[in-house]
Amino acid sequence: MSEHVVPVRIYFTIFTVLLVLTAVTVIVSGIDLGRMNTVVALAIAVTKAVLVILFFMHLRYSTKLTWLVVSAGFVWLSILILFTMTDVLTRGLVALTQH
Amino acid sequence: MSERAAASAHQFDDAEQQHDASTLGMWVFLVTEIMFFAGMFTVYVAYRSLYPDGFAHASHHLDVLLGTINTTVLITSSLTMALAVHAAQLGRRRPLLIFLVLTMALGSTFLVIKGFEYAHKFREGLVPGPWFSYHGADAGAQQLFLSIYFAMTGVHAAHMVIGLGVLGTLVWQARRGRYGKSYYTPVELSGLYWHFVDIVWIFLFPLLYLIGRHT
Repeated sequence: MSEHVVPVRIYFTIFTVLLVLTAVTVIVSGIDLGRMNTVVALAIAVTKAVLVILFFMHLRYSTKLTWLVVSAGFVWLSILILFTMTDVLTRGLVALTQH
Repeated sequence: MSERAAASAHQFDDAEQQHDASTLGMWVFLVTEIMFFAGMFTVYVAYRSLYPDGFAHASHHLDVLLGTINTTVLITSSLTMALAVHAAQLGRRRPLLIFLVLTMALGSTFLVIKGFEYAHKFREGLVPGPWFSYHGADAGAQQLFLSIYFAMTGVHAAHMVIGLGVLGTLVWQARRGRYGKSYYTPVELSGLYWHFVDIVWIFLFPLLYLIGRHT
């Protein structure tokens, strides 16, 4: 089988890092960083998700085609959110230019 | 019946190709799941950008301690799921069964804690709709936040329930000796699903529970 058997040590390392990142995100959320709070929270969440995808979900050891499909999924996700926000965040501007 | 023959379907060259095709198929399904949750995340982003203060205040209604415990429970269940797949890859049936049952126990723990949280919201009158009893300055935005909270955590919990059903099937099949070193694809693909549900929670936790803590 092509399936790569990941050493158990790696699973426990990733697990520990995930728990530490969870603690960090809870602690940082209690400190007022202004807009940076959201940025830090999202950066930590993305890091955790990438670790889960690469190691727990074995993407690191998957075929190129699987990489492509997964990446495409996230590209469409960002298109959905970005293009929605270009609408939501610019409605006020359009109203101003009409008067 | 012991292990099923490695290469079963005739359209594949070999067992490896069949395994890669199954993995790819599962990922395609998971990408549709990403898009399914993405719709709700987009609603969240749009309305939070319109009512940042209302959302931050409304997040105070959620219990950060219970949320943190549940995050830990779910991450641990992802570890036990990964170890179950590992045991299946090595053809070890007893560890496979133990880790599958552990994963189910942790998943059930998550749902029980979530149930207590929901019950608390019902008692406090924080469920959006005619019984919504909070009448502060930004009650509208708070009701919007709680609607998104119930929709997203509710759909997430539904995925957990489905996951428990899938894991239960795996336990049943593993007991019958269905999986071995050369055939464990269902265990691995169910693992992908379980980890995906974990990832959704990894985003829900900071976006719902933690946004108002510093204010």
